[in-house]
Amino acid sequence: MTTVINLPPSLDERTFETVLEQLAPIPIDEKVLLDGRHTRWASPYGLTALLTVAQTRAEKPALVSPESEETGSYWARTGFFKHAEDLFEMHGAVHRARASGESDVLLEITSVAKSEDVHEVVGRIQQKSASILVKELNIDAKATMGFAMTLSEACQNIVEHAGRGGWVAVQTYRWQKRLGRRVVVIAVCDAGVGFRQSLESAQGRRMSDRWDDGMALEEAVIRGVSRFRDPGRGQGLAGVRRYIGRWDGKLSVRSGTARIAIVPSWDEDVPLEEKLPPFPGAQMQITIPERITDR
Amino acid sequence: MINHIDLSTVLRRTVCDLYSDLVTRPTGAAVRDGIEKQLSELGDRSLTVIDFSHVGLLDYSCADEIVAKLLMRYAEASAPRDAYFLFRGVSDSHLDAIETVLERHNLAIVAQAEDGTVVLVGTIEDPERRAWEAMSRLGRAMAVDLAREAGIAPEQVERVLGALCRRRLAMELDGGYVVVGAVT
Repeated sequence: MTTVINLPPSLDERTFETVLEQLAPIPIDEKVLLDGRHTRWASPYGLTALLTVAQTRAEKPALVSPESEETGSYWARTGFFKHAEDLFEMHGAVHRARASGESDVLLEITSVAKSEDVHEVVGRIQQKSASILVKELNIDAKATMGFAMTLSEACQNIVEHAGRGGWVAVQTYRWQKRLGRRVVVIAVCDAGVGFRQSLESAQGRRMSDRWDDGMALEEAVIRGVSRFRDPGRGQGLAGVRRYIGRWDGKLSVRSGTARIAIVPSWDEDVPLEEKLPPFPGAQMQITIPERITDR
Repeated sequence: MINHIDLSTVLRRTVCDLYSDLVTRPTGAAVRDGIEKQLSELGDRSLTVIDFSHVGLLDYSCADEIVAKLLMRYAEASAPRDAYFLFRGVSDSHLDAIETVLERHNLAIVAQAEDGTVVLVGTIEDPERRAWEAMSRLGRAMAVDLAREAGIAPEQVERVLGALCRRRLAMELDGGYVVVGAVT
């Protein structure tokens, strides 16, 4: 039996929850078909999370690609189909990338599994991001190095803790409805062990009575706790937090059944959400908005 | 003996000859191993210039592996040799990562600016900073002179100078004390 999962018209960090809600009751060895025919837009998070979903299924899932040529062309430009063809049984239109002025893919969806992949990602993002961050987002030229550092640390989370490969993508676009400004968005998703299990693997670690995904996220993201005893560990996410604080950005991390967010004044998200539908591994989104300058 | 280590060369030799960024822990650990191999070929006492000039990006993980762990190893009583370090070619973005890891481990380094002046970076208590700055002004100096110049009680100055030497920020030389970097 195949269960059809409808992808929302706009596939982003928030709406992806509807996908996970539909998936939650379905055993992982049961066939699912993700129907993306009516999807018109997807964020880097939406696309990398889709690939991650496929990794969590024991039975290879099917995916129907968007009907809209424009949407399909964008998905092709992000490199989505290249990876999806390995993970899904593909159905529907075959899309090719076409140039578009509206969205800029700073980093195509890239597989991250080992240290070398992080070098590759960092090298590519520096070449492409510097002028866009400075010219389009009014971010100080010096901060572009910080951006690459943030990306490096976010990717290393997969290499160091996930136990299996994941995905990263970076894109800039105009966030008209919510912000009326351009943003640059980093999405890093994996289907690995997740924060709770990673911290549980720390030797001699004592768990409190309330130990769950939410608490594991608080420990790792807010307090910089790591499964390693090395006191130098845990600085990566702290560095990410510092960077987003400096540039009025937003960080959200989902793992298991919880999601934590560092919420800037321009957003109305909640700091911690629990009892969400389960999603293995960890999914991170970093959003840096265009800087408003006095002219 | 003064030794010079170009980190980008160590990176290319130990990890990959195409890389110019110091990112990821395994990379940092490999580069630190490369540095330690070079140190093992030097004498019992050495001053090494760690040169970041040709390094692109330095992330927190690499800063922790290279800078913090190197310092911690040679600040221990069980250190394999009496090694001191001067950090050169450190850009603002490198500094961001380095300062963060130094703060985390309660460490400090001596960094050399483009004009050759040396500065302290990291976590350092006020008496230590005053003694170091006095040493920097006076050049090689005796403890009693440093106590006077830094405004530190004579009975405390040996402890302060001992801490600076242990932390690899100053060294004893010919019966006096000198800041790391003053003799390059």
